[in-house]
Amino acid sequence: MGNILSLTTFLPLLGAVILALFLRGDDEAAQRNAKWVALVTTIVTFICSLFILTNFNPADTGFQMVETRDWLLGLQYKMGVDGISILFVMLTTFLMPLVIASCWDVKTRVKEYMIAFLILETLMLGVFLALDLVLFYLFFEAGLIPMFLIIGIWGGKNRIYASFKFFLYTFLGSVLMLVAMVAMFSAAGTTDIPTLMNFTFKTENFSILGVQIIGGMQTLLWLAFFASFAVKMPMWPVHTWLPDAHVQAPTAGSVVLAAILLKMGGYGFLRFSLPMFPVGSEVMGPLVLTLSAIAIVYTSLVALVQEDMKKLIAYSSVAHMGYVTMGIFAVNQQGIDGAIFQMISHGFISGALFLCVGVIYDRMHTREIDAYGGLVNRMPAYALIFMFFTMANVGLPGTSGFVGEFLVLMGIFQVNTWIAVFATSGVILSAAYALWLYRRVVFGDLIKESLKTITDMGTRERVIFAPLVAMTLLLGAYPALVLDIIGPSVNALVGNYETALATFEAATQFASN
Amino acid sequence: METIILFAPLVGAILCGFGWKLIGETAAQWTATSLLFLAAILSWVVFLTLDPSAHPNGTYTVNILRWIESGTLSTDWAIRMDRLTAIMLIVINTVSALVHLYSFGYMAHDENFKEGESYRPRFFAYLSFFTFAMLMLVTADNLVQMFFGWEGVGVASYLLIGFYYRKPSAGAAAIKAFVVNRVGDFGFALGIFALYYVTDSIRFEDIFAAIPDLQDHTMTFAWREWNTLNLIAFLLFIGAMGKSAQLFLHTWLPDAMEGPTPVSALIHAATMVTAGVFLVCRMSPLMEYAEATTNFIVFLGATTAFFAATVGLVQNDIKRVIAYSTCSQLGYMFVAAGLGVYSVAMFHLLTHAFFKAMLFLGAGSVIHAMHHEQDMRNYGGLRHKIPKTFWMMMIGTLAITGVGIPLLYIGFPIGFAGFVSKDAIIESAYAGTAGGYAFWMLVIAALMTSFYSWRLMFLTFYGTPRGDAHTHEHAHEAPNSMLVPLYILAVGAVLSGMVWYGSFFGSNDKVGKFFGVPYAEASHGDDHAAEDSHGDDHADAGDHGKQEGGHGKAHYNLVGAPGEGAIHNSPDNHVLNDAHEVPVWVKLSPFVAMLAGFALAYQMYIRRPEWPAKLAEQQAPLYQFLLNKWYFDEIYDFLIVRPAFALGRILWKQGDTKTIDGGINGLAMGIVPFLTRLAGRAQSGYIFSYVFAMVIGIAVLLTWMTLFGGAN
Repeated sequence: MGNILSLTTFLPLLGAVILALFLRGDDEAAQRNAKWVALVTTIVTFICSLFILTNFNPADTGFQMVETRDWLLGLQYKMGVDGISILFVMLTTFLMPLVIASCWDVKTRVKEYMIAFLILETLMLGVFLALDLVLFYLFFEAGLIPMFLIIGIWGGKNRIYASFKFFLYTFLGSVLMLVAMVAMFSAAGTTDIPTLMNFTFKTENFSILGVQIIGGMQTLLWLAFFASFAVKMPMWPVHTWLPDAHVQAPTAGSVVLAAILLKMGGYGFLRFSLPMFPVGSEVMGPLVLTLSAIAIVYTSLVALVQEDMKKLIAYSSVAHMGYVTMGIFAVNQQGIDGAIFQMISHGFISGALFLCVGVIYDRMHTREIDAYGGLVNRMPAYALIFMFFTMANVGLPGTSGFVGEFLVLMGIFQVNTWIAVFATSGVILSAAYALWLYRRVVFGDLIKESLKTITDMGTRERVIFAPLVAMTLLLGAYPALVLDIIGPSVNALVGNYETALATFEAATQFASN
Repeated sequence: METIILFAPLVGAILCGFGWKLIGETAAQWTATSLLFLAAILSWVVFLTLDPSAHPNGTYTVNILRWIESGTLSTDWAIRMDRLTAIMLIVINTVSALVHLYSFGYMAHDENFKEGESYRPRFFAYLSFFTFAMLMLVTADNLVQMFFGWEGVGVASYLLIGFYYRKPSAGAAAIKAFVVNRVGDFGFALGIFALYYVTDSIRFEDIFAAIPDLQDHTMTFAWREWNTLNLIAFLLFIGAMGKSAQLFLHTWLPDAMEGPTPVSALIHAATMVTAGVFLVCRMSPLMEYAEATTNFIVFLGATTAFFAATVGLVQNDIKRVIAYSTCSQLGYMFVAAGLGVYSVAMFHLLTHAFFKAMLFLGAGSVIHAMHHEQDMRNYGGLRHKIPKTFWMMMIGTLAITGVGIPLLYIGFPIGFAGFVSKDAIIESAYAGTAGGYAFWMLVIAALMTSFYSWRLMFLTFYGTPRGDAHTHEHAHEAPNSMLVPLYILAVGAVLSGMVWYGSFFGSNDKVGKFFGVPYAEASHGDDHAAEDSHGDDHADAGDHGKQEGGHGKAHYNLVGAPGEGAIHNSPDNHVLNDAHEVPVWVKLSPFVAMLAGFALAYQMYIRRPEWPAKLAEQQAPLYQFLLNKWYFDEIYDFLIVRPAFALGRILWKQGDTKTIDGGINGLAMGIVPFLTRLAGRAQSGYIFSYVFAMVIGIAVLLTWMTLFGGAN
């Protein structure tokens, strides 16, 4: 089992290659085969990832199951997993079979669609497992291409605009990250992530064009990475690509985007920003906290007035990601535990919410809230599921949504009570927009002629939601499943961060004396 | 046993809600109901057999499962059993079981649903789920589990208020209830965070133990330094305000009457709305040392009692009158809790649960008889049509208005439940505020309580039938499934005050014994220092219990440290003692107020039925002011709801679309032409250009590394 990580990562790619090489034709049988191949591949991948989980030792805070190989041009191929990354891997492998199952009714270019998702899975897993800068960058950037295709080919009417926006935002961020990576390599002489985590980048203040840079090199590097991850999260004010991308993306694309792709930003902060640039993080932390608090209040208010269901949920995602960035930069156990928990939980909940929109979009081909009303009359099962995830979305205790939010707020309260007050007001606003949406879509009498024949969820749809409901409840009632795994690693992360800061402070005091 | 009590309703909810298709509707309803009766019976067993002196601190804990653990934060799912919990258990489970039973009759036919729609299992499942959440709230041994129950009951309440989902007003009321409650939860949550921040724990046990060290401690919150305990107590109280519909956060409660009437009886009268009072009592070790906050609680409680009573005077919807009455009675409880006589607050909570649930269920029976007509202007003369309901409502009215024999004391006072517990609060208010604002507000509110309660009775049951003649003709007595719960609650409404007088409002030693709080004999005179300490496991504690307390005989003080026993009194809190020694006129005042209210209502609705209309005309502005509930809804709509939506729209259109996207687009204008030219050459241009950009990026990186590889 020495290469279980690579095996898991590249299994979906293998499935994609098989599809590309051996599947011919575009008739019904071929489409069905394509879907089954993709589904089986993702399920096998999930089973493989379960081996990773069972082999994983939470008490060991270092990287585990590490694989190192020489690669082209003297670079190294290195994969490994730790308490921070393992659950993102599990989230990805868990969700992908559901994503594939959710596009069972797609009729156009099915084979290519499946290939895109399989490749995407490989690239996403690669991001979470890569332990080398170059490798990480490759996975991180390449992952955008299939997503791009998914929006661009299978998306809605305005997909060109959406993909353009997506492109511009991410491009700008990535360029800066690339520059930072080059700088890191030149400073440390290696692209090995574990080594870089123990390397102290320069912190001497200097000034550029008369502007004093506190924290020096670290702050600059931090900013460059921040540019990339902040767009990914997305953080206010660089969030506006997300609602458009979601609106245009097909249902399955939205699910992957919200549930997994957004988490790359949070993962990046935890893997790079905090451990490699602690001083930079400390200098810029207040900025992140402020932006996060603004994001929560601002996007919640915007969500309140949306007329498009997907846009509303997209804005709600931005608000929830605000909790994540806030928790991470609170840099204490509760904050980071909460942030990771929130990311995992949001994976299930936001995924499910986009699937909920998909269910009625498939029937009515509109996402306008005003086109609906009174669905409970004909779709009781749907009303129940949608209610459940609406409540999970507003952070009802007993669902996983609560634990993450609560821990983050607990963490941030210890750092800054102002921020905590603003962030906590999000619980009021989220209830307002989520229930307002629910009421307009589900409650009321069913009077619209077009809805009179709408049918409730079928078996396939129910089967897709079942695991999501189960996970949301399970993690809400017994969060130890997650917290036990991430706890020690987060503890080590916070410990290292504080040690690094203490060293830095001692050094500066010494210098100033 | 405690675990069975806690989970029986949950099992009932699940079986009923998901299993009814297998076992049939009626069987599902019986499953939920019988499980609740089981829980109710076991609760009484627990309540009657609970012996606080058998456990350290009068408390024992049953652990169920680990919950949130992160760093030093550690919470379990657990049951904390002490006197407070036991009281709440009997209140919740008794009322809930009876409401389940009542719903068989009340929900049998409902015009809000079409033929063949299965709404009953859903209703019973929600009721059971609510009960479960409420039990989680009161059995919590830490604040987060309490918060779970707190929000859980909020959801159940939301679902039940919106139960008639076809009615737009029900949907609006449901959202309002949830969101206003969330405003309270916002404060509650901040309170929990602050407590964790200063005590490093959210378990009650640890918090209470840390209280003595926190006196005179300050912490920075938002813009300034605060006294820590005052701040935390205040934040927690915001939560209580939301849940218990105190002034400023009360607006959701009257609207919540959109739900079916059994729901109003269970959730919006007897149990959920009292959660705030329970919270203040549960946190008594904290509240005792947060003087500024408790003063505020007293003030707000008294004001709410007054405000809600004034609005109740003129409402025409029978359920709204009772809803405002609930709001007002909750104000009474908060006055008691704020004054530090937690046992008295719990006393009124207990008696109120019986008579108010009964009034609501009685009103439900009237509404049921009148084909869902709720406007009292269309009632009249119903006492002959539905005599059993009438007599039950009469008992409820006698209880809430506080009928009893003043100044007569035979080991306990003689009177209906409300008489005993409400007078206890008013006497405490006099003793605790030296005859100040709270006392007078409560006495005036008692007068108005009597007035609107009798007004309700007279309009409904006396006079001549008004409104639709057909409806009146077909008015019929409710089935037994609805009447039996009323009979049982009637027993509580009559007797609960007299039976438990000593335990809740007797002398300190009796109260201390009941709540498991250590007490000690105090020397007479001004010096209240303990001479002889009696621990809760003290063998001869019973001897002291025999003495008649509270009437100038032996003096005892509650001397427990914070966390010892279910409630805590600080050493200089003597309100409970002093309340027994108030002047005679004070003891008489609520009785006089009650009589005055009755006389006024009798005059206006029996002898001179034309008076109310005339008065409303003469005093039109005042009448409109009261009828429109002091215009709170309109003010909130103007000040909060509309601006929030407007702000959202501005941020969206001006912020996101114009400023942010505008900026990005401006930037793009420089790049786009270049890209489109590139794109024109490839089939899918943007992807191509993206790949191109990325490949260039990788190339730069690789070149750099090949050139300077290994350079350190």
